Amino acid sequence: MNMLVLDRRRVLAGAGALVVSFSLGHAFAQDQAAPAPSPPGSLKTSPFLDSWIRIDADGSITVFTGKAELGQGFKTAFQQVAAEELDVAFASLKVVTADTALTANEGYTAGSHSMQDSGTAIQNAAAQARGLLVAEAARRFDLPADQLRTENGQVVAPDGRRAGYGELVAGDILHVQAQATSSLKDPATFKVMGQSFPRVDIPAKVTGGAAYVQDLRLPGMIHARVVRPPSYGAELVECDGADIEKLPGVVSVVRDSNFLAVVTEKEYQSVKAMQALSAVAKWKETTRLPDQDDLLKVITGLPSQDHVIFARNNASAVGQTTVEATYVRPYQSHGSIGPSCAVAQLDGDMMTVWTHTQGVYPDRQAIAEMLHMPPPKVRCIHVEGSGCYGHNGADDAAADAALIARAVPGRPVRVQWMREQEHAWEPFGPAMVTRLKASIDREGKIADWNFEVWSNTHSMRPGGAGCMLAAQHMAQPFKVPPPKPLPLPEGGGDRNAIPIYTFPNAHVVHHFIPEMPLRISAMRALGAYHNVFSIESFMDELAAAAGADPVELRLGHLDDPRGRDVIAKAAQEFGWRRDQKPTPGRGFGFAFARYKNLAAYCAIASEVEVNRETGRARLIRAVAAVDSGQVVNPDGLTNQIEGAIMQSMSWTLYESVSFDQRRITSIDWQTYPILRFSAVPDDIAVHIINRPGQPFLGSGETGQGPAAASIANAIANATGKRLRNLPLTRKRIKDAIDA
Amino acid sequence: MMTLKVNGRDHQVDAEPDTPLLYVLRDDLALNAAKFGCGLGQCGACTVMVDGKAVLSCVTPMVLLEGKQVTTLEGLGTTADPAPIQRAFMDEQAAQCGYCIAGMMMRAQALLMQNANPSDDEIRSELQPHLCRCGTHMRILRAIRRAAGLMNRADLSSESGAVR
Repeated sequence: MNMLVLDRRRVLAGAGALVVSFSLGHAFAQDQAAPAPSPPGSLKTSPFLDSWIRIDADGSITVFTGKAELGQGFKTAFQQVAAEELDVAFASLKVVTADTALTANEGYTAGSHSMQDSGTAIQNAAAQARGLLVAEAARRFDLPADQLRTENGQVVAPDGRRAGYGELVAGDILHVQAQATSSLKDPATFKVMGQSFPRVDIPAKVTGGAAYVQDLRLPGMIHARVVRPPSYGAELVECDGADIEKLPGVVSVVRDSNFLAVVTEKEYQSVKAMQALSAVAKWKETTRLPDQDDLLKVITGLPSQDHVIFARNNASAVGQTTVEATYVRPYQSHGSIGPSCAVAQLDGDMMTVWTHTQGVYPDRQAIAEMLHMPPPKVRCIHVEGSGCYGHNGADDAAADAALIARAVPGRPVRVQWMREQEHAWEPFGPAMVTRLKASIDREGKIADWNFEVWSNTHSMRPGGAGCMLAAQHMAQPFKVPPPKPLPLPEGGGDRNAIPIYTFPNAHVVHHFIPEMPLRISAMRALGAYHNVFSIESFMDELAAAAGADPVELRLGHLDDPRGRDVIAKAAQEFGWRRDQKPTPGRGFGFAFARYKNLAAYCAIASEVEVNRETGRARLIRAVAAVDSGQVVNPDGLTNQIEGAIMQSMSWTLYESVSFDQRRITSIDWQTYPILRFSAVPDDIAVHIINRPGQPFLGSGETGQGPAAASIANAIANATGKRLRNLPLTRKRIKDAIDA
Repeated sequence: MMTLKVNGRDHQVDAEPDTPLLYVLRDDLALNAAKFGCGLGQCGACTVMVDGKAVLSCVTPMVLLEGKQVTTLEGLGTTADPAPIQRAFMDEQAAQCGYCIAGMMMRAQALLMQNANPSDDEIRSELQPHLCRCGTHMRILRAIRRAAGLMNRADLSSESGAVR
């Protein structure tokens, strides 16, 4: 057992809890005779029930998740899942999220995995915990377990005897490994799951409660700002900080080679000192960035490792009409509204970091490596930040805070990035190129399909210190680790590159590009955004070539019944008709995908208005249908899909990172414009197809690709012109109309 | 030392006069609602009310606020006793990450105090300075319309002498 567990036992024993044996899966290597078959979700890696559910002697219940609430609302969903399977009131339990001292290691909160991994683990752990409580009550009542029922935190016998969960948890009865299967409740009896419970985090957010890491105020806390280099790889050749140290409130100027920061008593003092320090810092810039106006050539011109990821051959299918198209996606920014922030404190030999990272354990590993500390001496506690939509500056800010905190031991240090730092230094969503070629046979069926995608990796998340800016800039720098393609079936650049449709001949190639001209990493949906945009745009190009209705063409090539249901639902609710005619200046578009070909299904129909004079496109309305398996919180799911459509619309119509030969030049909201209210649609409708009892299917990212293609298809429908270079800006639309 | 009136109370603030109001609110007065988003007046996350008007606190130096009334989201209501605008945002579940929401709510509050029945176009145009990255726009618009309804009903009942 490690120190953390011992500490926790002591603390909990002091607090009077009876069930105290908290388990971190990896801390109990000797206990882990892997059961076969393994239990579902994250119980596979953290199998002890009390890693997930703790019941104290007073009956209070705590649910632990290793996932981080990022504004998706799943803290509420987890609470519903646990309340349902434990048979307790929703309000009677609380959820503790990612913290290396408290929760299981569930890696990153990413890839729409939270409900699948953690939600499934909590559901099964709760069901099995309830089973153990019933068994214990059966023993005490001397009755068969099947005569007992649970109700509101109690086990009830037919003769009226009752025992509260708190009374039943004596000993370590929840400190057992999960069974492979659980006796889950019949969905028909659900009281909490499937209901739109209000989110537990919203009241604080709308009343000014402390809701974010930005709001953390620890005793004695001081403030820091970092002075970042002007461009990638720039070296600090001269910096006389003597005058800066005399400025009001300055505690310290921290320099470690190319890492430069100021620490002050009050926050605005650090902004001013940062500006002053920035003015005296002289940098040598050497980097040479590629030509942003020719990304097609840049991306396809880089050396690549080529993998055929899918091949199917059927010589009897022969195409007659061949269509080809190339689609390009620029670098795009996560664009969090709140720049990244972290608080760190070195107390003795223990470093604590409060961070909005998506992965407290990987972040701890990286920070420990950077500081040459043993990982157990670093604790990372997730505190919500501004929405991140992937790997933004969160981990870098955490590393900044830790490095600075080491220089001012004892005092908590709060670091917040400036707007231009977030925009210039966050790891962007990678630029991508796709090339498609397909043929249609005499019956209008797609006979062969060729798809090639060129992309960097889509994850440079820490794990190694070299993924973090502070560690790269130190005197003894950590090297950026070599990028790796993310493995299929989920994939990275090739996420959703394999078509979900059935074609007699199909060939899919992933050109993985190791060289990264710009700093990149994971952005919501990874490669699926561009791959689905490409596939679903191309399906419409093929429909046009075949004279087919786009929805019918999709249904004609799709076997998956749940996919067919979502397409039919979206089309029906939208009022899609084969002979439909939009009013002049408007167009209808349709698109569909199953995220990663294994998570939630989503189809989106849209109506877009295009001003032929200005080229301005506005989404008028969108209708989505989604199947994410068993629904836990319908309104939460709706909110996610609405958000995905709006955000993807913004990416698709407006967004590209700009740069010159040296520097990133999109450094604020003027130079990186995103959606504003004047372009907000009139209506977005989300229709959920619930699948009671089916596994949870991740949904947070399922809308990004279909929304992009649906809008692009509607623009093509409105203008008669096909746009293949993202973003579909006013100028590009206008140029296409005028061409 | 300068006296700053925030949410109906006088505060003695010891900050340099060029300090933007945002930092005084967050750092000196420990108020959470107004957020740092850009420091450039481009995103609206820092919006508060000064004498009933929406103001970007990240670009408003403290020295300009002598004798003025500053209102932040904290000054409108609490989770236990929310103001209509807060009730409406809870009812509509009009947040995802929520980082932009406090600023949106303050501008909406200022709008509704001027114009009890704004049209949809008026609401959109008023919110133009505000960015939301999660894509919660549809809910934000609904929440503001709902808040207008709640505020009008509250006004009616107070005019007719009914107790709230």
